[in-house]
Amino acid sequence: MSTRFQSAVPALALAAALGSALAMGAAPASAAEKGAAQEKCFGIALAGKNDCAAGPGTTCAGTSKVDHQANSWKFVPAGTCTTTPSKTSPSGFGQLAEFKAKPSKAG
Amino acid sequence: MNLPCNPHSAEYPPADAGLPLRAGIGFKPQHFDALLADEAPPAFVEVHAENYMGAGGPPHAQLSMLRERLPVSVHGVGLSIGGEAPLDPAHLARLQALIDRYQPAAFSEHLAWSTHDGRFFNDLLPLRYDAASLARVCAHIDQVQERLGRQMLLENPSTYLEFEGSSYSEPDFLSAIVRHSGCALLLDVNNVYVSCHNNRHDPVEYLAALPLRAVREIHLAGHAQECDATGERLLIDDHGSPVGAAVWALYRHVIAQTGPVPTLIEWDTHIPAYATLREQAQRAQALLDEVCATAKEAA
Amino acid sequence: MIASASPHREFAAALQVPTLSVPPGLRVGGGYAAERRFAVHRNNFVVGLIDALAESFPVAEALVGPEFFRAMARERVLSDPPRSPVLTDYALDFPDFIAGFAPAAVVPYLADVARIEALRIRAYHAADATPVRDAAYRKLLADPLRLGGATLRLHPACAWFRSRHAAYSIWHAHQGVSDMSEARLALIDVDRPEDVLVTRPELDVVTIPLPVGATLWLDALQDRHTLGEAFQQAHAADSQVDDGALFTLLVQNGLAIALETTTEN
Repeated sequence: MSTRFQSAVPALALAAALGSALAMGAAPASAAEKGAAQEKCFGIALAGKNDCAAGPGTTCAGTSKVDHQANSWKFVPAGTCTTTPSKTSPSGFGQLAEFKAKPSKAG
Repeated sequence: MNLPCNPHSAEYPPADAGLPLRAGIGFKPQHFDALLADEAPPAFVEVHAENYMGAGGPPHAQLSMLRERLPVSVHGVGLSIGGEAPLDPAHLARLQALIDRYQPAAFSEHLAWSTHDGRFFNDLLPLRYDAASLARVCAHIDQVQERLGRQMLLENPSTYLEFEGSSYSEPDFLSAIVRHSGCALLLDVNNVYVSCHNNRHDPVEYLAALPLRAVREIHLAGHAQECDATGERLLIDDHGSPVGAAVWALYRHVIAQTGPVPTLIEWDTHIPAYATLREQAQRAQALLDEVCATAKEAA
Repeated sequence: MIASASPHREFAAALQVPTLSVPPGLRVGGGYAAERRFAVHRNNFVVGLIDALAESFPVAEALVGPEFFRAMARERVLSDPPRSPVLTDYALDFPDFIAGFAPAAVVPYLADVARIEALRIRAYHAADATPVRDAAYRKLLADPLRLGGATLRLHPACAWFRSRHAAYSIWHAHQGVSDMSEARLALIDVDRPEDVLVTRPELDVVTIPLPVGATLWLDALQDRHTLGEAFQQAHAADSQVDDGALFTLLVQNGLAIALETTTEN
């Protein structure tokens, strides 16, 4: 036997492992085999986001003068993360701690 | 001053070589199945170049299938043709690859800038209409036309403010660009309406000052209206609703002069069902048919 | 007045810093306040990019809620506007921003869940390539020595990473629900590390948790080590490695697009 593969996995064992993987099911069919069925599988959530429309003209997100991170981050996560068990939260769920900004160096 | 004037511009294939003089729609991936199933689809579709600049995957699979069925127009939204810096060579290369890959019937971009000092602002920002801007825009258009080996279409922007230093009106500026660069125009009638309202100009006078013979494509879209505390109306080009009555009227006014022009319905926010977009295109088509009928009667 | 030599510099600066007043030299019809008109561009820039990030990271947004997510995205947009007009590129870097964003540290797995979403976008737009067919693997079964000496080329859409949290389980809990805000994470031990793989053998993006040793094994294959060497490295690092599971991962997800063997033997 060749000494090239002083492997933890003897060559025959490797082949057996591949054989069992192949026995479990086919590799993906080619596009031609799947044919028209593929046409229905296009996702759109991942598509590009470029367009040439203008946004909401006078909401405040673009004009708000507050730099939240530097001096007044006031938001607390309020989504599904609050349904994860937490050992530290009084409710037993979620990371409800508020971010305390470090004092601004400039201030 | 010496403006760049491209001696080769007349040799480029005309920008409308393959766009039918009919109504099309802006393509949205969520409409793909409905569009393919439509027995009488719109006459062409338009896509935003930047959404097809990845190497592969579903976007290209879709665009290839569309391209086999319909004429395609590629509409860039990120080239920053009015930018102060030279055009981004990487972006130009991506654009050329896309154009080479699909050989679309038309390529268009905006009279605007969106990048400064290497940062992209994802908005079509307004230009000061002066000699320096004119020279810069024409040089950039020359560069694009030479790179792509084709005439491009330049779209009039929606504007919300103007510059004190402007020495040209917008239509005069566009006329000068057409004259010096040999590009064609994509006339966005909604943008004319929005800009003229916001800057207190008369849209009919605006159109009268444009070289309408250079118009190779028309855009139609809806706009939003916002009021400030004083009750003043500001129109926002949000592409989020049906084409407004005043814009349809202005469109009729244009095509009565130009004759039929490839006409695109754009709808980019609050995207409706395919059928709604299709209905808007049919409405534009009916007006185009009307113009053809009138022309025949006159002949 | 003398027109500015670089009106775009002043315009761009005012877009990025909301506390700056509007740039000079603007003319506004009908006596409108220039502030109000310039706000349209500030919003197109900021809100347009926040929207693009929110649409790209639906699970990250569901985890912390829209208000927190959008405020975080706004900080990113103002501090680090896109360098490319291709917005897909802007989404790909967002997980790194989240990882370094101090207020997000209270949800320690947020950046890794966002990383899954970014890898899915990357895979969606990656170059197309045809996976190696079963028949090509079967040929090697008859020649085990060549199998161990084979090298692979992995699919361009294929990418993987190790999370110190249950990033895959958390992401997965948000799939297949009509409203992501209803996803329940109560049964997930968020502190259990998970390895995640994203790929796109054809048109559909695949997101799966990885078996033991897989990341090391894939790293070795990516670095053009032979299959034999890759297994050796995986086994050296962890005695629990299951060769069959790794081959199944490879074959069923079309991870390899080329199988190269030496012609000797």
